[in-house]
Amino acid sequence: MNQGIDLQRSFVELLTGAGLPQEVARAFWLPLPMVVILAVVTVAVLLAIWGERKWAADMQQRIGPNIVGMAGFLQGVVDAIKLIVKEDIIPRKADPWLFTIGPILVLIPAFFAYLVVPFGQNLIISDLTIGVFFLVALGSVAPIGALMAGYSSNNKYALLGGLRAAAQSISYEIPLALSVLSVVIMTGSLSTIAVVEAQNTYGMLSWNVFKPIVGQVGFVVFLISALAETERAPFDLPEAESELVQGHHTEYSGMKFALFYLAEYANLVLGSLMATILFLGGWGFFVPVETLAGWLGVDLLNPVFQLFAAFLGIVITVLKSTIFVFLAILARWTLPRVRIDQLLDLGWKFLLPIGLVNLLLTAAFRLAFPGIFGGV
Amino acid sequence: MSTSWGRGEANGGRFTWNEKTLGAAMSLIETRTERMVLNLGPHHPSMHGVMHLVVTMNGENIEDCQPIIGYLHRGIEKMAESRSFIQFLTYANRWDYAATMLQESLTAMAWEKLADVPVPRRAQYIRVIMLELSRISSHLLWLGPFMADLGANTPLFYIFRERELVYDLFEAVTGSRLMHNYHRIGGVAADITYGWVDKCRDFCDYFLPKVDEYETLITNNPIFRRRVEGLGVVSQEEAISWGMSGPMLRASGVQWDLRKVDHYSIYDEVEFDVPWDTRGDVFARYVVRIQEMRESTKIIRQCLDQLPGGSFENLEAQRLLGGPKSEWNAPDYQFISKKPAPNFKLPAGEIYVRVESAKGELGAYLIGDGGQTPWRFKVRPPDFVNLGLIAQMVSGSKLADLMAILGSVDMIMGSVDR
Amino acid sequence: MFVLSGYDYLLVFLLVSALVPLIALGLSAVFRPKIVSAFRKSTYESGIEPRGDSWIQFNIRYYMFALVFVIFDIETVFLYPWAVAFDKVGLLAFIEALIFIAILVIGLVYAWRKGALEWT
Repeated sequence: MNQGIDLQRSFVELLTGAGLPQEVARAFWLPLPMVVILAVVTVAVLLAIWGERKWAADMQQRIGPNIVGMAGFLQGVVDAIKLIVKEDIIPRKADPWLFTIGPILVLIPAFFAYLVVPFGQNLIISDLTIGVFFLVALGSVAPIGALMAGYSSNNKYALLGGLRAAAQSISYEIPLALSVLSVVIMTGSLSTIAVVEAQNTYGMLSWNVFKPIVGQVGFVVFLISALAETERAPFDLPEAESELVQGHHTEYSGMKFALFYLAEYANLVLGSLMATILFLGGWGFFVPVETLAGWLGVDLLNPVFQLFAAFLGIVITVLKSTIFVFLAILARWTLPRVRIDQLLDLGWKFLLPIGLVNLLLTAAFRLAFPGIFGGV
Repeated sequence: MSTSWGRGEANGGRFTWNEKTLGAAMSLIETRTERMVLNLGPHHPSMHGVMHLVVTMNGENIEDCQPIIGYLHRGIEKMAESRSFIQFLTYANRWDYAATMLQESLTAMAWEKLADVPVPRRAQYIRVIMLELSRISSHLLWLGPFMADLGANTPLFYIFRERELVYDLFEAVTGSRLMHNYHRIGGVAADITYGWVDKCRDFCDYFLPKVDEYETLITNNPIFRRRVEGLGVVSQEEAISWGMSGPMLRASGVQWDLRKVDHYSIYDEVEFDVPWDTRGDVFARYVVRIQEMRESTKIIRQCLDQLPGGSFENLEAQRLLGGPKSEWNAPDYQFISKKPAPNFKLPAGEIYVRVESAKGELGAYLIGDGGQTPWRFKVRPPDFVNLGLIAQMVSGSKLADLMAILGSVDMIMGSVDR
Repeated sequence: MFVLSGYDYLLVFLLVSALVPLIALGLSAVFRPKIVSAFRKSTYESGIEPRGDSWIQFNIRYYMFALVFVIFDIETVFLYPWAVAFDKVGLLAFIEALIFIAILVIGLVYAWRKGALEWT
């Protein structure tokens, strides 16, 4: 990792300078980046909701929200306030404990996964050595919450929705994992930072999506599976409103419904960020920033340049993931919903074989042409 | 059927294995499943009003479906028995609120046929234009919710964009956008307005590319095709023996259109095709309806060209030019033959009239007894009859297919329940 | 304190992200109205009194899917270390993984032919 501005060390040094022991200073530091990341995620969710509403309105020749805030930007905030002060209804026949735990269990992994999402070279809470695996593993926790919510509601629509959520999730987890595995083979590491850095040795050319054949196939498999895992249209069967009213959130109201809503958009943003990190080179610019600096003759350790590079990294990450958010919204408002057997057929009979073949091809290519597919 | 499995017997709070729990556990080994009885409707997002289906499901598969109707019954047929034509016409709009002009026209035709009142040719042309506009608006209002049932919400907004224009055309002539109250015995209430013919032509020019737009969005979408093809198939024999009509019948391979069969009004004077299909599935019904919108536009264009007296501007100018003895005052150029008296007496007798509505054969059986009000007025709504086969069509399919099949029937509960 | 670096963050972040829904629910509990009404707590089934319980022994069709899923999920877990160490283990491990995947593919084909992957 490059030597850069180390906020953590400066902060700890500041506190130890004030007379605090090293361990205590570190304990003070720990939650700070987390709170910042959670705030960023919440803002991102609000932006995604706003984007969804405005883009959907544009596609449908409507205006969309335009009263609260500039061009309706604060509509999501107002909705959140409304949901906070709304009555909380637990149906008489429901299981109150599972009914409450369900939405919490859906939301926690959606936020927890941001632990390993890098917004820039050093802008990550913790660079776990199993980062990518951690992301895939967390993806399988949320359906338990959905199933719990569906079962505990004691409502037939909710039960069907919960069961569909479970079926959908198990069917698309494997293609997702396989497409991620091919990226791991090309990188040789599970750390998200390493995955991105491996893609930025030659700038744009070394992005995984531009790796011949296996990159594109893996990218498409990943996009479809991620869309299905986030349960958005055309794969929104668990909450198919024309059949199941609202699926597993039929009986939910107030804040518990808001948690589901928040989790859905947090997952959408997370999926977009994952696609950015795994296939589009994360924070990397078309040309590596270091190369750019070399051309311009700027010192790499110059603090102004470091600030600029970090800022550029964030902007690039956000822009790239916005593309995926837009794609998901475009798909949602264009395509009809698939049927449950078609959904499972697509997962098991199309994506799974393709994912396996792609994985083996990646491995073979890596052996044959380590220069192109090694990334290093 | 409820077992004590998983909760335990209430035996001092402890779970004990007695014969009953053991039996329940034994039956778990062979996969025993219970049927789920699910109420869809009346308060459900995709029930097109207040349809109520009691669905028995095994997993996601439908084993039985029992439709329950009548939530929107307003006794409109009975109301007719205490009302004169002009009083009743406002109710006629409200059977099928998606295609309002067709009901009005049917009611007016029933009275006219029974009382033998002539209708001027200009009035008939105006009526046909209105009927075809109404058919377009009904098919549009079918397309949007049908796609919403399949999970694509955007077409709903597109169809309302065009439907608003049809409303505008109606409003310009009748003064009201949805419940027109426009037909009269022997004609229509008012002539078309200044510039309306041009406006209507503009609409036709605008509308046809929009139909192509729907088709580019929907028809070849692979998800859509896989969702609807081979689904809810009704064979030719079934369709005929269940008395189906309209696009449902034509999609099953029967070329039956009352506009061609009955030769009523001036439909013989315009050129149009009757779209039909032999596949009999949901997709065929979609294709037929989309094609019918094009054909309706064709009919409207021809009617505008052949309209006796031409546009209102022309007619009025010719009359001014010709003076009181102008040939343009001939009966053919009137919008109504003779204004009927408010206490118009219906002669004794009975008659069955039918028109090709957007949904099929819309018929009315009228019995008069010489009084101002009918003795009996019975409506044959097309969607009510088309709905008869729904239980058979959906059995064995998936829950998601139920919505597609139900959407393809095109029913308006106001018309089914009356 | 921690042997593996970075995992202290994991624990703290789990707590922090668990706090988010709890705070939200707590906030809502303070502000929301509390109305007692029997009808509000009835189960929604399109405005009709539900017929039969929904906690029944329901036919979930994807039991076989779940079994196949378990197999393939474990397979992917085994493949992760292989993928990470692919650099070092080279051709031999590639052939071994090929055999491993081939065995599973035979299983998939068998399940496919047997109709386990059909939603009937």
